[in-house]
Amino acid sequence: MSSRLINWFKFSSPATFYPLARKISVASAVIAVVLIAVGLYMSFFVAPTDYKQGEGYRIIFVHVPASWMSMFIYLVMAAWAAMGLVFNTRLSAMMAQALAPTGAMFAFISLWTGSFWGKPMWGTWWVWDARITSELILLFLYLGYMALRAAIDDPRRGDRASAILLLVGVVNIPIIYYSVQWWNTLHQGSTIKMNAETTMDETMLITMLIMTLGFWAYSIAVAMARVRTVILERERTASWVRELGLAGS
Amino acid sequence: MLEPLYWIIRRDLTIAMRRRADVFTTLIFFVIVVSLFPLGIGPEPETLRQIAPGIVWVGALLASMLALEQIFSADHRDGTLEQMLLTPQPVSVLVVGKILAHWLVSGVPLVIMAPVLGLQYNLSADVLLVLMASLLLGTPALSLIGAIGAALTLGLRSGGVLLALLVLPLYIPVLIFGAGAVEATASGLGGQAHLSMLAAILVASLVLAPLATAAALRVAED
Amino acid sequence: MAEFFHMGGYGLYVWGSFGITALCMIAEPLLLRGRSQSIRKRIARMARVEQEVQQ
Repeated sequence: MSSRLINWFKFSSPATFYPLARKISVASAVIAVVLIAVGLYMSFFVAPTDYKQGEGYRIIFVHVPASWMSMFIYLVMAAWAAMGLVFNTRLSAMMAQALAPTGAMFAFISLWTGSFWGKPMWGTWWVWDARITSELILLFLYLGYMALRAAIDDPRRGDRASAILLLVGVVNIPIIYYSVQWWNTLHQGSTIKMNAETTMDETMLITMLIMTLGFWAYSIAVAMARVRTVILERERTASWVRELGLAGS
Repeated sequence: MLEPLYWIIRRDLTIAMRRRADVFTTLIFFVIVVSLFPLGIGPEPETLRQIAPGIVWVGALLASMLALEQIFSADHRDGTLEQMLLTPQPVSVLVVGKILAHWLVSGVPLVIMAPVLGLQYNLSADVLLVLMASLLLGTPALSLIGAIGAALTLGLRSGGVLLALLVLPLYIPVLIFGAGAVEATASGLGGQAHLSMLAAILVASLVLAPLATAAALRVAED
Repeated sequence: MAEFFHMGGYGLYVWGSFGITALCMIAEPLLLRGRSQSIRKRIARMARVEQEVQQ
């Protein structure tokens, strides 16, 4: 009975989480490689050619999963930040810190692939479409978080200040998204409607889902590997790390 | 609860009146930025009229952002802020007072100056009125949101640029509805809806931003 | 094979997208590995110095 209660907080200590993170990271990396390999095979050889957009539509198999991941990771970071503020656990802030670069990378990939999709479909590299603009702002939010984190030397202050910033950001995201949408519908003059995804073929949907799960596993693998590095960097003077240091390479 | 608010505002205004140069720096920056655009774009009146709402609003936004750092920095440097956090009054009330005083000094001059700049862009009288109204609702919201960033970056090495990076993405809704109100009025659609949205943002940030700012100040002064 | 890379005229766009995605998702773990190795080396060095001081 009591063992069920303590187990959760046991892993909130960096020292006990450090070896566990390695196991999770390796397992997720294997899953990610398999899923992405299957997803890539399906993207190019199984999914049929779109009758309207030809082969060009295959970009959505990386574009949509990357966009989803970039949004989802920000929410997860905010959840970790809230948990860190409430329970005052160091590991929560480290998790948020470990996720940020991956989230920013997916936001960048989403913008890049969106632009490479837009060029053949609408004839321009960049459209001030509501979704693209929101994704750009999301990238700015990631960069702001990472810049604040990097600017604060004291790790405890950094944890809490960046947690507050994440929570402020997550409250603002719906407002930003809504206002950008409002702005976009008012200026609809010369821009092109973006609803290109009409009826989706079932294999296309499954392919996209597999790629999304693969990206998901990738994110977990990288975040777990990074949280290990963050733990080492921040706990380098702790005695348990010294014992590791002697044994490690 | 209202008494500490009154005293904080009075104190900050007195200090600001002793350093009047700071007020004028913000204002002059606003005037110069807005006056630069015709030089870059060309004096075509029709084009200028079209882009005026966005330019005046972006100028006001940048000017009020530049002034943000001063909200807490002087009190942080001489230790007053630390003492304020120790008083029994709720920190968010003190924060509201400081932000309000800061807005009176740095935001209100922008609101008053805006119609003069609007004349440079050939805006008509009713558009100028909406411009003022939108700035009157928008600039306090900018100060409230910006105070969070000012508190988070308090005393950091790269304070100024970092503050811009944190705060500008959060300013986007205010910019959209503020400039949108002016533009909608200019094109004859009426800016009523935009102004209501601005008011809603102002109320929401009045409720939420002081809490976040107070939390950030406690972290910074720890 | 050439037809596959041509992608019905969309080759540049499709491969430009998948290529950058692949590049990012390979580069990120590699960069992370470098960061991890440098902190490991630092910790090992600190431990060595400490041991020498003690002796």
